[in-house]
Amino acid sequence: MAASGLRRSIDVSGYDLRLAMPLAGFFAAFFLAPLAVLVVLSFQTDTTGAHWGVTQYVQFLGDAFSLGVLASTLWLGVKVTAVCLVFGWPVAWLHARSGPTVKSLIMLIVLLPLLTSVVVRTFAWIVILGRQGIVNATLMSLGLVEAPLKLLYTDLGVVTALAQVQMPLMVLPLATALSRIDPNLVAASEVLGAGEWRTFAKVILPLSLPGIVAGSMLTYAASITAFITQSLIGGGQMLFMPMYLYQQASTLQNWPFAAAISIIFLIAVLAVVTVFNTLGRLSRGFAQG
Amino acid sequence: MSSAPIHAGRSLVVDAVSHRFGPSTALQDINLDVKGGELVALLGPSGCGKTTLLRIIAGFIAQSEGRIVIGDDVVDALPPARRAVGIVFQNYALFPHMTIAENIAYGLAARGASRTVQKETVARMLDLVKLGGFGERLPRQLSGGQQQRVALARALAIEPSILLLDEPFAALDKNLRLDMQIEVKRLQRLSGITTILVTHDQEEALSMADRVAVLSHGRLEQFATPTSIYDTPATRFVNTFVGSANELGGTVLGTDGDFLRVRLDSGGDVSVRAPGGMLSEGSRVAVCLRPEHLRIDAPGEDGFAGVVEMALPLGPTVVHEVRTGTGAALKISEPRSGGSLLRAAGTAVRISTAGPGLATAYPQTV
Ligand SMILES: Nc1ncnc2c1ncn2[C@@H]1O[C@H](COP(=O)(O)OP(=O)(O)OP(=O)(O)O)[C@@H](O)[C@H]1O
Ligand SMILES: [Mg+2]
Repeated sequence: MAASGLRRSIDVSGYDLRLAMPLAGFFAAFFLAPLAVLVVLSFQTDTTGAHWGVTQYVQFLGDAFSLGVLASTLWLGVKVTAVCLVFGWPVAWLHARSGPTVKSLIMLIVLLPLLTSVVVRTFAWIVILGRQGIVNATLMSLGLVEAPLKLLYTDLGVVTALAQVQMPLMVLPLATALSRIDPNLVAASEVLGAGEWRTFAKVILPLSLPGIVAGSMLTYAASITAFITQSLIGGGQMLFMPMYLYQQASTLQNWPFAAAISIIFLIAVLAVVTVFNTLGRLSRGFAQG
Repeated sequence: MSSAPIHAGRSLVVDAVSHRFGPSTALQDINLDVKGGELVALLGPSGCGKTTLLRIIAGFIAQSEGRIVIGDDVVDALPPARRAVGIVFQNYALFPHMTIAENIAYGLAARGASRTVQKETVARMLDLVKLGGFGERLPRQLSGGQQQRVALARALAIEPSILLLDEPFAALDKNLRLDMQIEVKRLQRLSGITTILVTHDQEEALSMADRVAVLSHGRLEQFATPTSIYDTPATRFVNTFVGSANELGGTVLGTDGDFLRVRLDSGGDVSVRAPGGMLSEGSRVAVCLRPEHLRIDAPGEDGFAGVVEMALPLGPTVVHEVRTGTGAALKISEPRSGGSLLRAAGTAVRISTAGPGLATAYPQTV
């Protein structure tokens, strides 16, 4: 009740739109303008800039290697998001159902990684996953494996490290959505004769959908563009879009092709985000009381 | 309405139940014996343990001591799902993502009832709560009163043996509340279901319940019919919490038949009930007098003196606030018959008490 009162007294539409002008100007200068330059650049047929056409796009879309990089990047996002969801959901549920002390403890643990740099966290994963790393040392001292396992520079390594790095982006929206679920709904379900699984499947899970959608969208977008973690843990053998882009632009100086890669990647990401957004709108309508 | 479910209500026994949350005691030795089909109100101020007792009966929390018996079965070991109780929460707790029909069918589906049975029951329940045609709506598309009826239908659909209502009318405005009180009472009579109604609204408890259990600080103060609760309160708490009461100090003079003869500090003698047992001559008592048991303008030197401070014409009754010689403020209410008049502030009056045994004396503790 207090919240609705608050909402009424702070009427956002009452503010002058001109107050948003500095931010709009900033966006125009440092986001829209470069984006426009990028689009223009992607329609040059060669690095000299003499001819115009769609050859860069034709080249990317006709090249199995390039398409493979795009596919593996989008697929990487799916895997990381799935791992974050499976491990993050129970943490968020625990957070929503705990007393105040445990609640703030869980929040602290979830937020702690955000207080260190991504570079530091990624190097920590290199130490953990390396040939002489913590995991291999433990497995070997226990006699479970003869020779060290290859963990670094593998798909498993990249997914694990990315999932840890992006976990807060999944847990925070989920925790918000789950703490909004009225505990009486769970009690009502129980007293009507539903077992724990039915209560979970019919009440808790559907009502947590807005959080799942929001968390997945953030995690997905962040993990497919995570240049540092992807390249350090993936190493030279695994190539994802951000690194591919970087190589074309910086190493090969092929700016038009790099621009085309950016635009294609951007469109692919926007498509995924649009799907998530639509799902989100549907699920919010569906879960609201 | 001949299609309404008629299930013989089962009895409910709350047997010496105590509950502690850590070091603090929420309920202390509660005993209630509710007959099948009876409507019992749990009445008490905020924090007295009403919801706790309801949640113990439903099985959401396990009591520290004592037993809950439904029908012939001790249900302490059963989870909520197997106690066959229906509960309506204060905020209704309808599933927001399900239609009204799905909400009502939820318990039946959980029990594995067939689709045909579910459909039939939903139609019957919607009919019962007069919401036919609302089945495909979502809860948020209904008004508060309608949502409440859905919550009731959902609870009744599983044909529970006990219906628990936690402050079901608290969120409704005054007119709607009266409608819903009548409606719930009608449904309860119709289905013959044993019902526990939690409320802190004394009028609601007195008007709806067959018997009222008054709780205070986790203790059962009195468990009796509304008439007994109001007319012969067992404790000073009940006397002041249910209805209003003027408290006057006094000294015991002796016995007067079944009653106690007390001299009031403000002057005058009264014959009063003494539910705590007879008190010896000379002991100090607090006498509780209901506003309607006092009379203004006693003839001559009868009663005791007071000065009118304020007159409040409250529709069918007139209430005067009068200050006695000892400084105590009294409320006196009279029916507004043709002859009654409003007395101006400052008028000196004589006050008498109506009839023997209408007031009650409790041992003075302070
Ligand atoms: N989960 C809990 N943990 C600790 N103390 C609790 C818990 N639930 C209730 N209490 C305490 O037990 C006492 C009784 O609470 P209860 O909710 O039963 O009161 P109530 O009579 O329903 O009050 P209200 O009219 O405000 O709903 C209160 O003092 C409350 O603070
Ligand atoms: Mg309560």
